[in-house]
Amino acid sequence: MRRRFLAQASLAAAAIAATRPARAQAPVEIQFWHGLAQPLGGQLEEIVAAFNASQSGVKVVPSFRGSYPETMVAAIAAFRANAAPHVVQMFEVGTGTMMAAGRAVKPVHELLSESGVSIDFNDYLPAVRGYYQASDGRQMSMPFNSSTATMFYNKDHFKRAGLDPEMPPKTWEELAEAIKKLKAAGIASPMTTSWPAWVQVEQVSAIHNIPLASLGNGFDGLGATMQVNNPLMVRHMNNLIAWQKDGLFKYGGRDNAADALFPAGEVSLTMASSSLRARLLRESRFAWGTAMLPYYSDVAGAPRNSIIGGASFWALNRGPSGGRNAAEWKGVAEFYRYLSQPEIDAKWHMDTGYVPVRRASYQVAKSQGFYEKNPGTEVAIEQLLRGGDTTPNTRGIRLGGYVEIRNIIQEEMEKSFQGQQNGQQAMEAVTQRANTVLRNFERQNRG
Amino acid sequence: MRKTTFKGTALPLLLLTPQLVITAIFFLWPAGAAIWQSLLQEDPWGMSSQFVGLRNFTEVLAEPEWRGAAWNTLIFSTSVAVLAMGTALFLAVQADKSIRGANIYRTLLIWPYAVAPAVAAVLWLFLFHPSIGLVGRALNEAGIAWDYKLNGNQAMLLIIVAAAWKQVSYNFIFFLAGLQSIPRAVLEAAAIDGAKPVRRFWTIILPLLSPTAFFLLVVNLVYAFFDTFGVIHALTGGGPGKATETLIYKVYVEGVQNVNLGSSSAQSVILMVLVIALTAVQFRFIERKVHY
Repeated sequence: MRRRFLAQASLAAAAIAATRPARAQAPVEIQFWHGLAQPLGGQLEEIVAAFNASQSGVKVVPSFRGSYPETMVAAIAAFRANAAPHVVQMFEVGTGTMMAAGRAVKPVHELLSESGVSIDFNDYLPAVRGYYQASDGRQMSMPFNSSTATMFYNKDHFKRAGLDPEMPPKTWEELAEAIKKLKAAGIASPMTTSWPAWVQVEQVSAIHNIPLASLGNGFDGLGATMQVNNPLMVRHMNNLIAWQKDGLFKYGGRDNAADALFPAGEVSLTMASSSLRARLLRESRFAWGTAMLPYYSDVAGAPRNSIIGGASFWALNRGPSGGRNAAEWKGVAEFYRYLSQPEIDAKWHMDTGYVPVRRASYQVAKSQGFYEKNPGTEVAIEQLLRGGDTTPNTRGIRLGGYVEIRNIIQEEMEKSFQGQQNGQQAMEAVTQRANTVLRNFERQNRG
Repeated sequence: MRKTTFKGTALPLLLLTPQLVITAIFFLWPAGAAIWQSLLQEDPWGMSSQFVGLRNFTEVLAEPEWRGAAWNTLIFSTSVAVLAMGTALFLAVQADKSIRGANIYRTLLIWPYAVAPAVAAVLWLFLFHPSIGLVGRALNEAGIAWDYKLNGNQAMLLIIVAAAWKQVSYNFIFFLAGLQSIPRAVLEAAAIDGAKPVRRFWTIILPLLSPTAFFLLVVNLVYAFFDTFGVIHALTGGGPGKATETLIYKVYVEGVQNVNLGSSSAQSVILMVLVIALTAVQFRFIERKVHY
């Protein structure tokens, strides 16, 4: 009896000893949280699966965590509980908060140099890489799915109103004429916009090379103040308010709530994320075209490049006390290197409607004849590259608490469209309320 | 009332323990954490925190947005309580009559209670959305400019109706039970004395229902304060502008969306104090007028 027990015990010990080397060879697990619903989420997870199949040292485990804001909050909560994922997909609005996160974040440049992995960020589109760089040019997060705002218009409506369907309005002045004609032709509300804050405030500021906030839109420090109470923004708001009153413009709700109006044929013209393309292909029962966002022709230096939307990947420490080893960071770096390959990026671009983040990927798509086969898909990239290098006003936005500020912008726009205030008052209110948020953020992150 | 007296203290304590443990874990601990958090200033990641005393409170109370939310809450809660209780009382009085199929009516009226708040809100959304809602489109076609996404008053009206609708069933059950426990003899005596139905309702039924009504008032106000988050979140998200942002919704926006934990905690502590005060006032003053 006892002998048998001893034999079993030694067998068990041998088994444990035998599993030990096997465990050392097990792949490093990288937890990856993302905020893309279907079908995009599935396409992203396919890329992850392909990465896992391409090598045996690292296994990335993707997990969908709800919308972008939900993913952000979940990652923050997990970090506080010492259980953060290795990599989290964070929308561009959260960039300011992430930049100020200090030790919570492992910057890409540090990750790559420590792991001996290199990625040629110089090949990335300036508007994309710049959004995720520290002001001294070091790469902080890994650009991945980037979009920008473009204009979509209904060619059938244009024909009905006697407008040239191949000549979409280039300037706001032309657009004002066009929507009046469309209204006269019986279209109840010719124009709408998705993402009111992103498209009508952030993009308009960038395209006209006008600062949204001081200190280079916040890139140069936490002390930035909001500056949207400028003549151009006030003029633009007053135009929107007047058009809304005349039934030329329809406010379709916050964030992407207005996305549904265009494919339903309710409006003739919308400004939305370039990634709306996939939905239009699926749902629209009419001929439509893509065009660049309009600009005011009398503003010197306009039009410049638009800014990006979408998300980037951030590497996180486990919790406030750190807690990751070199193998884990190396795994993350390998994953990033895989994502940066032009073929992968080009495929993602062609499959989804996001823009290619690298010039090389743009060339890949070009060489495959993608843009001839899919007219309009090039507009977003051309618009991002418009006007050469980015300026401090067109690099992007780097403000802490910007999720809140975007909501403030939307709230004040809603109040204006209800007739409670004019453009000047709205932009003053945004400036004042946003500055409270910025000062509060500065205070929280000083130490 | 019959009182049972236990010998010693061990058994009563043992019997109380489960409830006390639940109260401690689910109320005292989180409430204590909220009070502590409300005195701190923290970055979102929790890496630096600093004791700031009552600054979060003074800042919150000075905010025009907070006062706006308080005003919204007042209008919203009062309207929800009045509407939900009024409708439920009317329906209960009707369903209490001896009519054919009374049980079917009663069951149907209780159904909405089983619907989750978010689902209820989606239901109302599909009815009243200005471009995809059945009623919303009909209103617009009839020439009424219905757009709750842009008109604050319409948005408020919509969430009041949606929130009250959810609560009518609950109130209905209690009112019906209350009505059925009123002795028939009293009503018949009044009828013989020549009191008309309306007079009987005001002088007999309503006073005898007052304990039920009082209980429901407390429950409805607490419901409107805390349980309507789902309806607001799914229907209006606090907008347009801040037209439908109530205090509890603001706590969510501040804490979960903006990760501003100090301010959010301060607001939830204020909310807790408000509701405790409200309930105390109700028990102290209104309960005196209630006939048991």
